[in-house]
Amino acid sequence: MLLIHCPYCGPRPELEFAYAGQAHVARPLDPSATSADDWAEFLYLRNNTRGIHAERWRHVRGCARFFNALRDTTTDHFVTTYRAGEPMPQLPGEAKP
Amino acid sequence: MPKFSGWKLLQEAFGGQQGWTPQWRRAAPQAEYDAIVIGGGGHGLAAAYYLAAEHGITRTAILEKGWIGGGNTGRNTTIIRSNYLFDESAALYDHALKLWEGLSQVLNYNVMFSPRGVMMLAHTVHDVQVAKRHIHANRGNGVDNEWLTPEEAKAYCPPLNIDRNIRYPVLGAALQRRGGTARHDAVAWGYARAADALGVDIIENCEVTGLVRDASGAMEAVQTSRGLIRCRRVGVSAAGNTSVVLGLAGVRLPLESFPLQALVSEPVKPAVPCVVMSNSIHAYISQSDKGELVIGAGTDAYTSYTQRGALHVNSHTLAAICELFPAFRRMRMLRNWGGIVDVTPDRSPIIAKTPVKGLYVNCGWGTGGFKATPGSGHLLAWTMAKDDPHPINAPFTIDRFRDGHLIDEAAAAAVAH
Repeated sequence: MLLIHCPYCGPRPELEFAYAGQAHVARPLDPSATSADDWAEFLYLRNNTRGIHAERWRHVRGCARFFNALRDTTTDHFVTTYRAGEPMPQLPGEAKP
Repeated sequence: MPKFSGWKLLQEAFGGQQGWTPQWRRAAPQAEYDAIVIGGGGHGLAAAYYLAAEHGITRTAILEKGWIGGGNTGRNTTIIRSNYLFDESAALYDHALKLWEGLSQVLNYNVMFSPRGVMMLAHTVHDVQVAKRHIHANRGNGVDNEWLTPEEAKAYCPPLNIDRNIRYPVLGAALQRRGGTARHDAVAWGYARAADALGVDIIENCEVTGLVRDASGAMEAVQTSRGLIRCRRVGVSAAGNTSVVLGLAGVRLPLESFPLQALVSEPVKPAVPCVVMSNSIHAYISQSDKGELVIGAGTDAYTSYTQRGALHVNSHTLAAICELFPAFRRMRMLRNWGGIVDVTPDRSPIIAKTPVKGLYVNCGWGTGGFKATPGSGHLLAWTMAKDDPHPINAPFTIDRFRDGHLIDEAAAAAVAH
């Protein structure tokens, strides 16, 4: 079980959280002008990164707030967590989510 | 390579067992092939076998980064069934089931296919309605499936607890008698041996590091940890790592990779005569011929490539197993493990051409790919050989997510499967 650092509440066990998929996936601003390809990109296509992955979590059994995290999907090690709305933290070196 | 038979066994018994030879060659990569399959699991090995056996493309190689059958083929719970709701799925999975039925004879290798029946339990009024809808839809598609009362379910599977006073009582079950199990390793080895006999090169410890395209954008070669291999027809059957491999050619897919766990108990005498599944309380159990209870747990919540998951996921399934089978409460679990499964948004697979000419993909089998092994290999081989999908896999495209033609087994079963 993962130990996840909620940016609002601190470290809590994974059971208190819900995973909410890839982070920074923006809904198209003008739906009627958005092409089918762009809708597919928004709805279905995912990076599925092997390495540092930017993802959303929700502290559903705690403060109930969404936040973002950078996690290495090859080790499940959390690099950092940050509040929703904040930009993705820059990583040292070549590791790019 | 000697043909396996009773006569051969007898001959070897009297000859000191000295006549057996390795079942496939340890091939080194050649400079060029007519077809390459990336991924040496059951699906990839089957595709290579059918490319050689049915389409005459014997200059074929399988590139496997580890050892054959070491990924999800060796990590699943070996359940085989075809009782899917939608017409497209029923055709796809029943195609595979029909190939399972004759597979040991075709491959001259005992894959221990055992159609012992797959029983899916219903615990609520909603479950009962869904199960009956599946049964009628299946029968309309020529797929066997029948309704059992709790008493009939207990008669078919005696250790099952049908007490009305448990938290999720058994209200009935759907039984597909043609479903069952097979020996996972034997499937990989059987296909490897049969493909090798037709001239296919099985190249292990060979990781694909690049997909090289020519000026027109078509596939030209595969860069590997063992050198450059020229090939204009490349199929990818890489399960959890499909996004990574196709990313080498810039192709994005509607896939997410999750850990899926399974576990086995200490071996005991025959107790569970069939496969029992419960979607509602998430339990999968059968008994291997060796005597272990084989139990499938769920996926973890998050994407990962670690091939391991969290203990609470297993505990959840074991709680359900203990309630359905109180007799197993004091059994000890011997081993548990995880595999990485590639899940599509509609929980149906993709067997299709990609936007890159000469590059084909078989992926998205999620938590239920083993049952489809012969069928998916057969259809990927067809698609690669003809550069056009077989009618059975024609609906299972990547474009269905753009065009809205989902085959939504996720909604039909309300569970990953």
